[in-house]
Amino acid sequence: MRALSASPSPLSALNRGPLAYVLLTAYLLLATVLLLTNTRTSLSTDILFILFLLGFLLIYRARVAGLYKLVLGAVMLLVVVPYFGAQNAYYIELAIQAGIFVALALGLNVVVGFAGLLDLGYVAFFAVGAYLWGIFSTDQAGQFLSGFTALPADSFYLFLALGLFVGAFFGALLGLPVLRLRGDYLAIVTLGLGEVIRVLAVNLDRPVNITNGSQGIKSIARPPLPEVMRTLLPGLSDPQLYQLLIYLMGLLVVGLSIFIVYRLKNSRIGRAWEAIREDETAAIAMGVPLVRMKLLAFAVGASFAGAMGVLFAAKQQFINPPTFDLLRSIGILSMVILGGMGSIPGAILGGMLVTLLDLQILPRIATELGALKRQGIVIPDWFDPVQYQRALFGLLLIIMMIFRPEGIMPDQRRSEEMHSGEPAKPSQ
Amino acid sequence: MLLHAQNVTKTFGGLVAVNDVSLTVEPGSIVSVIGPNGAGKTTFFNVLTGIYKPTSGRIVFDGEDITGLRPDQITQRGIARTFQNIRLFNNMTVLENVLVGMHGRLHAGLWGSIFLTPAVRSEEQQARRRAFELLAFVGLERKPGELAKNLPYGDQRRLEIARAMATQPKLILLDEPTAGMNPQETSEAIHLIRRLRDELGITVILIEHDMRVVMTISERVTVLDYGAKIAEGKPEEIRSNPQVIEAYLGRGAVVA
Repeated sequence: MRALSASPSPLSALNRGPLAYVLLTAYLLLATVLLLTNTRTSLSTDILFILFLLGFLLIYRARVAGLYKLVLGAVMLLVVVPYFGAQNAYYIELAIQAGIFVALALGLNVVVGFAGLLDLGYVAFFAVGAYLWGIFSTDQAGQFLSGFTALPADSFYLFLALGLFVGAFFGALLGLPVLRLRGDYLAIVTLGLGEVIRVLAVNLDRPVNITNGSQGIKSIARPPLPEVMRTLLPGLSDPQLYQLLIYLMGLLVVGLSIFIVYRLKNSRIGRAWEAIREDETAAIAMGVPLVRMKLLAFAVGASFAGAMGVLFAAKQQFINPPTFDLLRSIGILSMVILGGMGSIPGAILGGMLVTLLDLQILPRIATELGALKRQGIVIPDWFDPVQYQRALFGLLLIIMMIFRPEGIMPDQRRSEEMHSGEPAKPSQ
Repeated sequence: MLLHAQNVTKTFGGLVAVNDVSLTVEPGSIVSVIGPNGAGKTTFFNVLTGIYKPTSGRIVFDGEDITGLRPDQITQRGIARTFQNIRLFNNMTVLENVLVGMHGRLHAGLWGSIFLTPAVRSEEQQARRRAFELLAFVGLERKPGELAKNLPYGDQRRLEIARAMATQPKLILLDEPTAGMNPQETSEAIHLIRRLRDELGITVILIEHDMRVVMTISERVTVLDYGAKIAEGKPEEIRSNPQVIEAYLGRGAVVA
């Protein structure tokens, strides 16, 4: 059951002392070399890419010095991925998408995992961030603010920060009407509020054109390329540099999100959230102000989505309402649940895993099946692999929930965090 | 006086759960509220701690009118409580449960927590130290890392008291603190309740069914029946009060 945990197993002998360093470094080197020598999009590269990403899990689990982990992680994220991405744009796009959803999963994890507030309209805050940059980086804002023209592209950085606060504001705003609701009622109302935002995006083109309705907003500005990047990487074309820049920005937001959620989780605020999740009545009787703490959870959770929305708009350069539908909210929720509710590593893993499944693994399976079919291997006609992608994803979720309902990497800080004289009791 | 409830009434639709009850508690005393099942004792506690707003009546605590304040505001002013059916934060550790109790006494805000400022850091350390003191006081200092749900029953009751103490109360309301305990555990609980008052100077109100406990530790006893106060006085007066005996045993019991 706990295959990924560090509990005593034959493998734990390998994860000890200098051997851990050697094996970890060797694995990462091998994965990197194999990846960089197979840069064409193909089944084998897909597998190598996943093995490479698995390296991050190993870094996390390995018993090596924290600084060494940091260096390895930084090299992989800042050197290997961009270098590989420069050879094959598809994979860096994948990495960007994964980054976006990791940040969203981390944010939703604050609301659902920490504070126990089931929010089914989370994508609304992502939309708010995206429209924020979409509207103000194009002439769209001129439609309702007379004389306004597109902001210069370099205000992107300001808006990335602004996205945090606008996201937080909307988070608290949509949190207000649901403060008194719990459980299923809360889920239904947040679902409705999420849809309200999407429907507003569709319909706010009349009487005043704010969102440009279902046509969406085109030619959204990208952040300007810093000259440093051009001079440092002269071999890369502009589209490649733009992608790299977006990737780095995404990494920045994800890093910031991870830092913030770790700090909050282990603070007075994190404890209050957890207490609310465990028992609202007891929490308020112990002096935890429910309203303030719930609004704070909604705001903090929404802030990451707001910032990522800004980045998403800049990456896509085009946004329209269907991107922000209910299915997207549910997808993010499935990341949190799959990873393990309330667990930060779990949310990161869940975000990456679901994104990879969605964009890489399942389409790849479909392609391969299609190829087999063309070669004459009998696959019944009613089974169109492309059509069954979502079904396969659902099946995976169901299997997960049966065999590991607590998620892949459930929160297990408790046993590790406590260093209080007595050796911690083996928790399971 | 520390607490003065004046003519408190609480109705749920047509049901009068608490009917015109007045109660005065002197600082440093141990007071019991007793009564048959459904007499409105727990509802009365819920009104005192702000979980319910009284339909009418006034509650004055420590010279301040606290009627209609939210539970967290009342806790902030110095009333703590435990619950009849233990309500710990089950999936949090023993230590964390106590730390949550300190919420209102700590000041770390959003930015302080994110940047882990020196002030927040030292506040956290102090809070942990104090939490360990409280755990030592109730005898749980050897189990800080245990999840609350994994504690044995008696320890859970003790942890609830430690958590309530973490709010730094002047008055603590204990809702059936010895329910479900064996005689050994009960006498330990009595000892602990005495120490709350004697060593820490905290005023105690308890709801209790075990008459031995009530008669042993309370200085005054208030009896509720059908939501109304039917008697009040010293334990020995209550013991021989015909109305109380009738409420518990039914009409005719006194004569027989």
